Amino acid sequence: MSARAPSAHATSHRLRVNPIACEAHGMCAELLPERIALDEWGYPVLDDQPLSGKLLAHAQRAAQACPTFALLVQRRGE
Amino acid sequence: MSPAELPHEDRDMGALPRLLAGIPTSGALSLAGHRAQHGEMPVFEGRKRRVESPLIELLDTSGLRGRGGGGFPAGAKLRAVAGARGRAIVLVNGAEGEPASFKDRTLLQALPHLVLDGAELAARAVGAEEIMIGVCDTASEALAEVRGALDERAREPSREPLRARLVTVPNRYIAGQESALVNHVGGGPALPTFTPPLPFERGVRERPTLVANVETLAHVALIARHGADWFRELGVASQPGSALVTLTGAELGYPGVYEIEIGSPISALLDAAGGIETQPRAILVGGYAGAWVDGALLRGVALSDEHLAPYGASLGAGVIVLLSTETCPVAELARLTCWLAAQSARQCGPCLFGLDAIATTVEQLMLGSAGRDAQQRLAGLGSVVRGRGACSHPDGAVRMVASGLEVFSDELADHAHHGPCAACERPSELPRPRPVAKGTGPSAGRGRSGAAARELVGAR
Amino acid sequence: MSVLAPTLAAAGGSTKLYWYLTRSTGTVALLLLTGSLVLGVVDVQRLSSPRWPRFVVDGLHRNLSLLALVFLLLHILTAVLDSFAPISLTAAIVPFDSSYRPLWLGLGAIAFDLMLGLILTSALRRRIGHAGWRATHWLAYACWPIALLHTLGTGSDVKSAWLLALSIACLALVLGAVLTRVLSGWSAAELRSRLGALGGAAAFALGLLLWLPSGPLGSEWARRSGTPTSLLPHNSAGSQTGSAR
Repeated sequence: MSARAPSAHATSHRLRVNPIACEAHGMCAELLPERIALDEWGYPVLDDQPLSGKLLAHAQRAAQACPTFALLVQRRGE
Repeated sequence: MSPAELPHEDRDMGALPRLLAGIPTSGALSLAGHRAQHGEMPVFEGRKRRVESPLIELLDTSGLRGRGGGGFPAGAKLRAVAGARGRAIVLVNGAEGEPASFKDRTLLQALPHLVLDGAELAARAVGAEEIMIGVCDTASEALAEVRGALDERAREPSREPLRARLVTVPNRYIAGQESALVNHVGGGPALPTFTPPLPFERGVRERPTLVANVETLAHVALIARHGADWFRELGVASQPGSALVTLTGAELGYPGVYEIEIGSPISALLDAAGGIETQPRAILVGGYAGAWVDGALLRGVALSDEHLAPYGASLGAGVIVLLSTETCPVAELARLTCWLAAQSARQCGPCLFGLDAIATTVEQLMLGSAGRDAQQRLAGLGSVVRGRGACSHPDGAVRMVASGLEVFSDELADHAHHGPCAACERPSELPRPRPVAKGTGPSAGRGRSGAAARELVGAR
Repeated sequence: MSVLAPTLAAAGGSTKLYWYLTRSTGTVALLLLTGSLVLGVVDVQRLSSPRWPRFVVDGLHRNLSLLALVFLLLHILTAVLDSFAPISLTAAIVPFDSSYRPLWLGLGAIAFDLMLGLILTSALRRRIGHAGWRATHWLAYACWPIALLHTLGTGSDVKSAWLLALSIACLALVLGAVLTRVLSGWSAAELRSRLGALGGAAAFALGLLLWLPSGPLGSEWARRSGTPTSLLPHNSAGSQTGSAR
């Protein structure tokens, strides 16, 4: 985990992916294209910007849709 | 002066050798010999409910950093384990999956009591009652000597005996990775796991686990005896002390394990190793996933993270491999990249596919069949692969390749125009399953080499 | 409710409404189960298009399964409420426990149990982990053929063209799905199990088609399948659709 300057979104959430569990189903990128893109092999590349409000709800839906529970929505600082 | 004649009675431990002081030419230093050399193991207050063991602060002050490649401050690591919930376990990491490194098995083979002292001291400091020692399953001598040392210690009456157990670890590069080792020791495969939780919090059997490199613990054993100030007499402020390095290379007179003062110039090390006749083409520093440094810059290179940083390198696991001008560096780069790709645990898509794509592209560069934008593609692949695995294996591979592209740009351009060169056919100079030249001879602070090195390297 | 209660009573009394409901809900359940299995294969094969993204295929598969369960529960409820055939609630869950066509009803109970298991394990997937879930989800390939056999053996409409046509159509869809799954590329290690699956599916389909004429489509199936004698029509040669049970 890189050191990060305190931001205004100190209590907001962030995305993480468990790369071992991930099997490149790609549902997360469909459900949260604002923060998740797929690399050339179908694996998620996450945008590290903070998640807020509506986007958080979409992120949680994306995490629930993941067949292998690889996508995680965590509070910043976890 | 042969190694056997090195002064043993030199109790002024300020200078080198420190770790390697009294190293026997064959077999292990016995418990009695170890005590004669270093004195009795000191006793520190162990971990108590709210009071930290003083050893931890001592390690903080000493500035000792992990010597397994990660470089994490030792004191902080012990503190984290001591502070975690549950009874801790100490796991000594002697897996040494790095092919060009034999410092850890050298210590285990020749100076096991130094390592075991360190393990015991650390165990008491973190409140552990159990020590597991992971050793590569092909390091038969090391296994035998550690077993012997454990027996010796078991025969001695001790204040509170600690359970110490030897565990064999498969001979794979990735098996030495912290979470992979914990996974294996816990009964699973020797493959990395997703973290958090990190082993210091929840490791073997869900307990806080101190995973410590063999050499790190050896340093702990000496710091406990001689203090933090003593430790800092050598080295540089940001990285104090001495360190073991494994020096190999085709034209070296005396390859092997050496103890250096951190921050000393590499030329001093090469002189101690018998000197080199011609300037190497390049030096691989840190490990197979380290970084290349141009041989022309040799005189200016000093062995500390601080001094190596401008070259994109770090001391890492103390591996130093010289590449001569006889071999084709592009071919070596390709071999190394392919090897690293093959060492992938194959659990994470970006590593599995990314390293494979990188290796293929580097091979194409060697064969001259890569497209015009091959180097761009490599840079793109590097940035897409970095940080997206469960462990740092892909990151290391990417770094090594990036440095190789820079250092060997001339040869790469040559290959792009003319395809493979004559030197591509030559056998590799890199220590993979291939014996290293025998080396003997005098110098301060050198470790096992020669026959031992051959056996160790050939065993992979 | 005040209108419903007498209607239910009256319906129960006439014994026709529940009979119609159980047949219809059963048929719909079979169709939904077929759709769910086909979508399950589309899901695992990761087939998708811009109009049919992965999350839609996955979500639809889950929803169809749940809907199938709902119709299955209605099917069971109405079968139990139907006073004509002595089917108790336990018979719906415990296989071979009923006195009405025990074998064929029992298959239905098995299919229902498997269905429950599939849905429960999917709901608790986070707890049992991905590997555990995958292992149990294979049972879907067992659930479907058993459900089909139950339909053909127990159902009163088996001789009617529409049910036969639907059943054959569902069978074709499932065979197509299995074929897609099996032929999607395999490793040497998987060769045996995949060919085994192919063989099993083909054998099932063939066996079914061979059995139908002498089985449910043959004479006196009601008696042969275990309908209690008291319920059999007096003219035992009856093989008319729908009018007699």
